[in-house]
Amino acid sequence: MYSVTQYRAKRFGLKLVMQLFCAGVAATCLFPLFWMAASSLKTQETVFSDFSLLPSNPQWLNYVNAWTKGGFGVYFLNSIFYSTVVVVGIVLISSLAAYAFARLRFPGRQFFFILFLATMMIPIPGAFIALYVLLNKLGLINTHWGYILPQINGGLALSIFLLKTFFEKLPKDLEDSARIDGCTKWGIYWHLAMPLAKPAIAVVVIFNVLAVWNEYLLAMLVLTDKELMPLQRGLMVFQGAHITQYPLLMAGMTISVIPIVVVYLLMQRYIIEGITAGAIKG
Amino acid sequence: MKVRLKDTFENYFFILPAIVMFATFSIYPFFKVFQLSAYEWDGISSTMRFVGLANFWDIFRHNTVWWTSVWNAVYVTLLALTFQNILALLLALACDRKIRGGHVYRVIFYLPPVLSGIVVGLIWSWIYDGNYGLLNHWLKAIGLDGLTRSWLSDPKTALTSVAVIHMWKGFGWGFVILLAGLQNIPRELYEAARVDGANAWQVFKEVTIPMMIPVFILVAILTVLGTMQIFDIIISTTGGGPGYHTEVPVTRILSTMTGTSQFGYACAEGIIFGILLLLVSLFQMRIGKTFRQAP
Repeated sequence: MYSVTQYRAKRFGLKLVMQLFCAGVAATCLFPLFWMAASSLKTQETVFSDFSLLPSNPQWLNYVNAWTKGGFGVYFLNSIFYSTVVVVGIVLISSLAAYAFARLRFPGRQFFFILFLATMMIPIPGAFIALYVLLNKLGLINTHWGYILPQINGGLALSIFLLKTFFEKLPKDLEDSARIDGCTKWGIYWHLAMPLAKPAIAVVVIFNVLAVWNEYLLAMLVLTDKELMPLQRGLMVFQGAHITQYPLLMAGMTISVIPIVVVYLLMQRYIIEGITAGAIKG
Repeated sequence: MKVRLKDTFENYFFILPAIVMFATFSIYPFFKVFQLSAYEWDGISSTMRFVGLANFWDIFRHNTVWWTSVWNAVYVTLLALTFQNILALLLALACDRKIRGGHVYRVIFYLPPVLSGIVVGLIWSWIYDGNYGLLNHWLKAIGLDGLTRSWLSDPKTALTSVAVIHMWKGFGWGFVILLAGLQNIPRELYEAARVDGANAWQVFKEVTIPMMIPVFILVAILTVLGTMQIFDIIISTTGGGPGYHTEVPVTRILSTMTGTSQFGYACAEGIIFGILLLLVSLFQMRIGKTFRQAP
């Protein structure tokens, strides 16, 4: 028979072990990022000898050099542009389709919806070859649109799925009364359903922003011109050309990581809700 | 009647943009891959030579590099399925116990998954670097000079080192899903088991594990699909080398396509790989069903 003290001691010990375990793993997650940021502020000489996380003489000029001479300014603005256009496209096209799948009646509704879902399930690892051939035929290789359109399409299936689930949960009475007041389908979609769907749209926006910001394969295939490249591709180009300029490379990497970390920290509730909702239900 | 027809017709306009995008950038490439796989084609010239199933035949009979790349991906996947997911489960169990700072941990553990594979690969290739790397620096500091090496260019350690990066980036994602699954288990079940006199291990075995089987299957399937298609981390660390030691299917398909300009052959590789992934997923779902039916 345990005494109460023994029981408490055992519980305390278990909590302590779990706490230390979690803290250790958390440190492993954070350390490489702090180290990247610290290295971006060192000089070409100190970066290989000084292993501290707080450089004594921070070289902020590295960021200016990375932004201008390293080309990361152009890459950064390109990434912002691509993320914005792709996400706006995805939200508009997927919300229209999701609203129709959830609320409107037409022959083939079920068929088209399952078709969309199927692409989420079936992996086609070679599809980028045919996509490249297609973009080549359409004259879209090395253009903005050649990089934007396939990514809009890439985000559609999951976004339609998430938004349809949300639209289905909206109360029908609201729409019925709007219809009686003479509102058209388009009006109901735009003025009623869309504003109500803001939380679901937030999830769609965040997931797709993360995906577009981190995309690499398509950028490598489609874009050859440095002026058109997004950050991830730019990082690899810079690394290939100046492999030894670690501080500038680390500054470029920090530039590419900061926006994503900020978005993540502001929106992490939606992100974690989104994955768990998508995974547990789907 | 006329009004209703117009009404239904109008509804199609809602899905039209999605259908057009989808037909152009998903359906057309899907069928095009199958068509191209039967040809010998360099991707540029106007003439394509029909070869039937010769590309597939060649992959099965002669292409040892391809099968090495598949095996490499399988190796990384096996490590991810075991080490990465066990780590994720242990952390999820700890955070399910409402430890202090559980929320903060959840935010931190999911940070690596939101970073790009390129950035993660570049940071880690410096950590692993033979001359200036942190890992060797620390090994020397604790007197293990004998272990120091150029981790990513040594054939003995390259693939495992890449797998470690992949697991570092991925465990937080499994953690979030497993934690959500654990929190879905009704607390009454635990209390009832406790009242019946079960100890902690028995509760875990008889309540937690059976309730979590569907979540385990889901995490396993997504881990396999994600890890087999590993690419960004390879390209930003080893590029497939040394030799073919870290070559994976996606890098193979890419170099067949852009490196040696064999578009048809690359499509055949893609199809074989796609079918492999499909078979593995179906197999895992099958196992899931058997588990759920068993009492």
